[in-house]
Amino acid sequence: MIARILATATTELHIARRNRWVLIAALLMVVFSLVLSAAGSAPTGALGADRLSVVVASLTSLSVYLVPLVALLMSFDAVAGEVERGTLPLLLTYPVARWEVLVGKLLAHTAILMVAIVAGYGAAAAVTIAADPAAASGLRALWRLTWTSVLLGATFLGIGYALSSLARRVSGAAGLAIGLWLGLVVLYDLGLLAAVVADDGGTFTTKVFPIALLANPADAFRLFNLTAAQATAAVSGVGSAANAIPQWQSLTSILLWPLVALLLAALTFRKVEP
Amino acid sequence: MTSMLTISQLTKAFGGVKALSDVSVNVAAGERVALLGHNGAGKSTLMKIILGLITADSGEISVCGATPGHASARAKVAYLPENATFHSALTGLEQISYYMRLRNLSPSGAMDLLDRVGLSFAAKRRIGTYSKGMRQRIGLAQALIGHPSLLVLDEPTSGLDPVSRRDFYELLDSLAADGAAVLLSSHALTEVEARTDRLIILSGGRVVAEGTLNELRREAALPVAMNVTALNGYDTDIQAALPGAIRAEGMLHLTCAQDEKLATLARITALQGKVADLDVIPPSLEDIYSHFSRRDGQ
Repeated sequence: MIARILATATTELHIARRNRWVLIAALLMVVFSLVLSAAGSAPTGALGADRLSVVVASLTSLSVYLVPLVALLMSFDAVAGEVERGTLPLLLTYPVARWEVLVGKLLAHTAILMVAIVAGYGAAAAVTIAADPAAASGLRALWRLTWTSVLLGATFLGIGYALSSLARRVSGAAGLAIGLWLGLVVLYDLGLLAAVVADDGGTFTTKVFPIALLANPADAFRLFNLTAAQATAAVSGVGSAANAIPQWQSLTSILLWPLVALLLAALTFRKVEP
Repeated sequence: MTSMLTISQLTKAFGGVKALSDVSVNVAAGERVALLGHNGAGKSTLMKIILGLITADSGEISVCGATPGHASARAKVAYLPENATFHSALTGLEQISYYMRLRNLSPSGAMDLLDRVGLSFAAKRRIGTYSKGMRQRIGLAQALIGHPSLLVLDEPTSGLDPVSRRDFYELLDSLAADGAAVLLSSHALTEVEARTDRLIILSGGRVVAEGTLNELRREAALPVAMNVTALNGYDTDIQAALPGAIRAEGMLHLTCAQDEKLATLARITALQGKVADLDVIPPSLEDIYSHFSRRDGQ
């Protein structure tokens, strides 16, 4: 079992390396992180936080968009591509379980995301600490952001596989992936905000809103990193809500989502008839 | 002989259209069986059911003693899809190594396998740069991994040049000699010729004929054609002696049933001195195949 999963992961790494995905993902993260750390380092001091913690707050806002996007871009082809190339029937005649194939792909793609995330955040941290050695006190916040970003990425990789199995065509899977990204990462928050404004402190705001935030992996990720770094709560629009939700709840959501996404992917992949 | 594949009364329909009806097939260890049929005759459907990729509607099927698609069946069965495709970014060596590891084998033997199908020279090139014949050989190489008990090959010789095709059948002979059961499909009888032990002809999802080439030849009982070349001036004499002969392209052309062959030959030899040459043309493989695949109202 382990050998077959690792075999799939190795093969996926070869493919991703040749398709320049490793390079593209890492470059994207590095460029955006550096731009943010340069832009975000100006208003420091007033908040009473070290420079790196401020950069981490900016990076959190960036990652909530960028990490799911990169993950979906890497994963939407995973099943639909095999179906369209005609490589799936042969693969499924091998003594390998479908979930083993998915876990192998997930391992490889998560490893690539890790490289990209570490390269991006690392570059931002290096630049910030070089400018102000005292910023090193924000390293804990950066570490927290790093591992939660990896989990966020793994969640969206799993969701991407599920969409890929659902669509069975590469073009359809790409459309679904972009649609889902827009929905979960952009429109979801706008919708909640509108509902909260309309509700004006009613039951929706107190009961439904916190659950809605926790149910969305991107929001849970943002919540967790913001509640952990109190000093930067002011940066975010959902800052007040972040304080109302205990940290263990957002942490649970972050930890559960990758498993839920993988389960969804395995269930939809099982229904694909080659 | 132990049976590696036993199928009885298999039926499969796609949305009301019957793809296979009442199909029964047996393949024993060491036996090479060719599945013949037009496009759409049901060959690929039958193979996909054997591999467990799709399920049958009714009928019984046992693959190496297990149900199709079961892990123990998949461990013993190798498959070569029609127009085998692979990820273009991988090299041939990487692709074969991957498949070996999926079968829990050390990939150190990958180069030997590629050598066996004559591809070691391109092992470290991307499959995207391969020709169709080379991709087909990668497909063949993966089907050889781990000494499978049953090989299911969907049109394995399509895209191969005549020399590669001969090499392929030699490889097949050695596999069968080692005890592997082979089921291969083709849409041309000429492609499988005498290189298989038994032929099964599918038409419209039914088995319309089964047996060795000689058995099928006898059963079809197609007429034998003869071309007689007359010595100068004797055309009319010969035509008078052989009623039914047609003059075409300077030769006399006649046909007779299998059991009249000797009698007809005797009459021609009686015309000694008037006949310059004689050709006896048995029914071609294509004729036999068309005879069976057109039967059944096709």
